[in-house]
Amino acid sequence: MIMRKPVAALLLASMAAAAFAQAPADTRRSGFDDMSPALQAIQMDDFANPAALWLAEGEAQWNTRTGSAGKSCADCHGTPATMRGVAARFPAFDTTLANVIDLDAKIDDCRTRRQGAASPPHESRARVALEAFVAHQSRGMPITSAAEPHLDASVAAGARIFRQRMGQIDLSCAQCHDERAGRHLAGTAIPQGHPTGYPVYRSEWQAVGTLQRRLRNCLSGVRAQPYAFGSPEMIALEAFLMRRAAGMKLETPGVRP
Amino acid sequence: MRAATLSFLLLAAATPAAAAGYTVVGDAIPAPLEGAIGDAARGRAIVADRTVGLCVLCHSGPFPELHFQGDLAPPLDGAGSRWSAGQIRLRLVEPQRLTPGTIMPAYYRADGFERVAPAFAGKSILTAGQIEDVVAYLSTLRGAK
Repeated sequence: MIMRKPVAALLLASMAAAAFAQAPADTRRSGFDDMSPALQAIQMDDFANPAALWLAEGEAQWNTRTGSAGKSCADCHGTPATMRGVAARFPAFDTTLANVIDLDAKIDDCRTRRQGAASPPHESRARVALEAFVAHQSRGMPITSAAEPHLDASVAAGARIFRQRMGQIDLSCAQCHDERAGRHLAGTAIPQGHPTGYPVYRSEWQAVGTLQRRLRNCLSGVRAQPYAFGSPEMIALEAFLMRRAAGMKLETPGVRP
Repeated sequence: MRAATLSFLLLAAATPAAAAGYTVVGDAIPAPLEGAIGDAARGRAIVADRTVGLCVLCHSGPFPELHFQGDLAPPLDGAGSRWSAGQIRLRLVEPQRLTPGTIMPAYYRADGFERVAPAFAGKSILTAGQIEDVVAYLSTLRGAK
């Protein structure tokens, strides 16, 4: 009995030391982690996932010659496998455009400048389908966010927007998705808001849509004027959210309620 | 500004908020807004409507017909036992005065919002009459949950 106490104390001390040595646990969760098993199964099953229709359309576009240049994506890029990892590192600084752009803008730049084709409207089926198909090539890959001065400025601007109370309801993104994630807005669990599954099939939309469409939904919800598609504020929010989710795995195409 | 507001609170002094047309006394607004007379039945309908009062997005309450209620804020049950009508009124009109940084919106505030959508520009979430209805209804919620 006399010996036990020091032994127990020693054990506690070594446990405490081990705890200090460990990196803090990663508490980030994809919306996927908190979905019902049934919905998770639908996302994981390439035949049941409703976004499969969009992926097929995107693949057809990849191989179709179009525009004044009469080129397909495949003519320059080769197989879709060359796109592996691309979606995981956008938004990124584009040296030609001298701007931070997202994957949608990169594809649109290719479409208009390289193919000489018309730019489909934001959130149109054609536009979302090709982005989903390209992003799908990175499924399972960790999100990377380059430490690069121009991107850092965009990330910082996105962080400011994320924390800005907005609209007649006067709420910031952070107040729900940082400070109250896991609690319920009406009956719905508030996710942490990681952009792991985009473009995503959302039941509420009955369609595949982009992260920007989702962000605009939240802005409308707090009765704020949504940022325009492709605006610097949207790109900044995307850049911030991708850095916040750095290391998490892409799931495209995600399925969400 | 916040320190000044707080000292008013501590002194329980009357602060005329001229622009919005109400007077804060201590932690309450004793007089009905714009002289409106509240109706509890109308107030219940406002509170339970997710697109009008918005209350049940964050709060739960005695609404057996509503299956989905929020848990971001305390239950409304017993509000009338905890607070007087005047105290409830201030909590709806200017909750930040009592809890700086609260996510509870100011229901009578009509301007000063960041990027407010054009459809809501210059408007408060509820009108004075609607707020009085809600005050009347919440005052009827007696007994702790």
